Amino acid sequence: MDIPLQAILSQAMLGLNNGAFYALLSLGLAVIFGMLNVVNFAHGAFYMLGAFVALLGYDYLGQWLGNADMRLSFWAALLVAPIVVGLLGVIVEKTMLQRLYKVDHLYGLLLTFGLALIFEGVFTNYFNVAGEPYNAKPEVLEGAVNLGFMFFPKYRLFSIVLSLTVCFGVWYLIERTRLGSYLRAGTENPDVTRAFGIDVPKLRTFTYFLGVALAGLAGVVAAPIYSVSPKMGSDLIIIVFAVVVIGGMGSIMGAILTGLALGLLEGLVKVFYPPLANTVIFIVMALVLLWRPAGLFGKEA
Amino acid sequence: MQSNDLNPTSLKMARGAEQKTRYWPWLASLAVLAVVPFGVYPTFAMELMCFALFACAFNLLLGFGGLLSFGHACFFGTAAYLTGHAIKVWGLTPELGILFGTACAAVLGVLIGVIAIRRQGIYFAMVTLALAQLVFFACLQAPFTGGEDGLQGIPKGRFLGLIDLSHTVQFGERELPLALYFFVLAITFGGYWLIWRTVNSPFGKVLKAIRENEARALSLGYRVDRYKLAAFVMSATLAGLAGATKTLVVGLASLSDVHWHMSGEVVLMTLLGGMGTLLGPVVGAVTVGVLHHELASLGSWVTVTIGGVFVVCVMLFRRGIVGEIAHRLRRTI
Repeated sequence: MDIPLQAILSQAMLGLNNGAFYALLSLGLAVIFGMLNVVNFAHGAFYMLGAFVALLGYDYLGQWLGNADMRLSFWAALLVAPIVVGLLGVIVEKTMLQRLYKVDHLYGLLLTFGLALIFEGVFTNYFNVAGEPYNAKPEVLEGAVNLGFMFFPKYRLFSIVLSLTVCFGVWYLIERTRLGSYLRAGTENPDVTRAFGIDVPKLRTFTYFLGVALAGLAGVVAAPIYSVSPKMGSDLIIIVFAVVVIGGMGSIMGAILTGLALGLLEGLVKVFYPPLANTVIFIVMALVLLWRPAGLFGKEA
Repeated sequence: MQSNDLNPTSLKMARGAEQKTRYWPWLASLAVLAVVPFGVYPTFAMELMCFALFACAFNLLLGFGGLLSFGHACFFGTAAYLTGHAIKVWGLTPELGILFGTACAAVLGVLIGVIAIRRQGIYFAMVTLALAQLVFFACLQAPFTGGEDGLQGIPKGRFLGLIDLSHTVQFGERELPLALYFFVLAITFGGYWLIWRTVNSPFGKVLKAIRENEARALSLGYRVDRYKLAAFVMSATLAGLAGATKTLVVGLASLSDVHWHMSGEVVLMTLLGGMGTLLGPVVGAVTVGVLHHELASLGSWVTVTIGGVFVVCVMLFRRGIVGEIAHRLRRTI
């Protein structure tokens, strides 16, 4: 094979970038699944909504309020979009999901699938499927930075660092803080946790807020790289499902590491055998299932 | 064999079905379907019949085996493409083309089934979805599928080399493709009958037992994995049969046949009609089909409506239309 090292490294970095998104999204899915036993099919839609909150805040908010100069900056969007998306998630959890915990877990999947279709359909109606560019990338992050072996776009580097920081922040929150110990206890045995006077329903709502807000954040971070389109989440979510199956939903760290590793793998496959780039993650999933049905980091059920 | 029946209610149901095997509902529905093309636009009716078979095949797995596959479009679509290719490029007769497509769906069913049944419940849904996406990308990149354009202009051909399926009969103002209609009717009705037989067979009872309590069925000595795989392959095969027949009806196989939206759609048909009932998927398929037909002009609001129906079904209506009626009448339909 005669492929320059440069190309391999640059694809590896791009892959790592995608992997950071996979990690962020599969982390949210794993957190929600662990606590609520719901496979959140709407996760991709919430990711899309996060990107749209940023886009709308930057391009349209001023017009709507009659002051064209008013724009939601990228930095503000990083904070506002996850909260807006998270609050939408709270509404969903309080009005619908909450009623489904007692029935078969498949209904949670079906409900969120329906919600994903609704969100996607509404936005497809108003926005171009081909996507709109998000031009709010801050000037500080323009240009490229010299990594020694290659020049890498500053923004991409920023998005990797930010995603990983958030991932490890969430890991710390869940594994090392008091709130996290409540969450883990609620996952393990909701009845006993309740008996200790901890408000488990509130904890569940918070968990859904957290997981969905992570998806919203991923959407904002992705917005300057990919164009913002109503369908941006729907294909991504299937890849993230595969990531989650490969990693196993047992551990938070597992979700993060699997996401990163698979993004990297996808990037490398793009260099060596491009036609397989779209499917390599699914093939890995099939192989892992044959070898270790519970996933790489999962516990045997 | 008493030990087959783990659940007293399913025992009662199964016995009831055995004792009351009556033929008039079959004959009556055949009679109704025979006059349908004179009233309804025949191509639409045939499409609905194919989707009804697809939903029934899916329901065999979900309603009776308790396994939610979120990737059934891959069997439907693969069979659609391969049947189209066999008829259009290789010049096979329609029945051989359909047989070929269906057989390929069965093989795909074995391959995916072996992997997917290693996980249960929600994981099963995710695994089937991901594997179906793999098939989707394969169809997108394969040279013979025509990529975004799909496989177009597939001829109807001659059944057994004798009967021209594109032949139409003059009826008042309209041209009715009666040959094709009865061909499709025979296939879908045959498929439905096969599902009905399976559900009411000892195999079907074991399947229900596994759905109700897998550990118990296992401890009774049933090789649960084999039953699940058999149900999966059968469901995949019949889904393929539906897809293959649909290709012949509309003369087109496209990416939307393999897309996960199609998988979602068949879940909705079954959920709306009533999972675990024999008639439910048919009612669901017709309802969803008519919904699509009526809302076609609304563009992406169709997606919103479909999503809304999903939410309403899950929140208020988990038994589905037929399931709800059956519950009110306190009997199985």
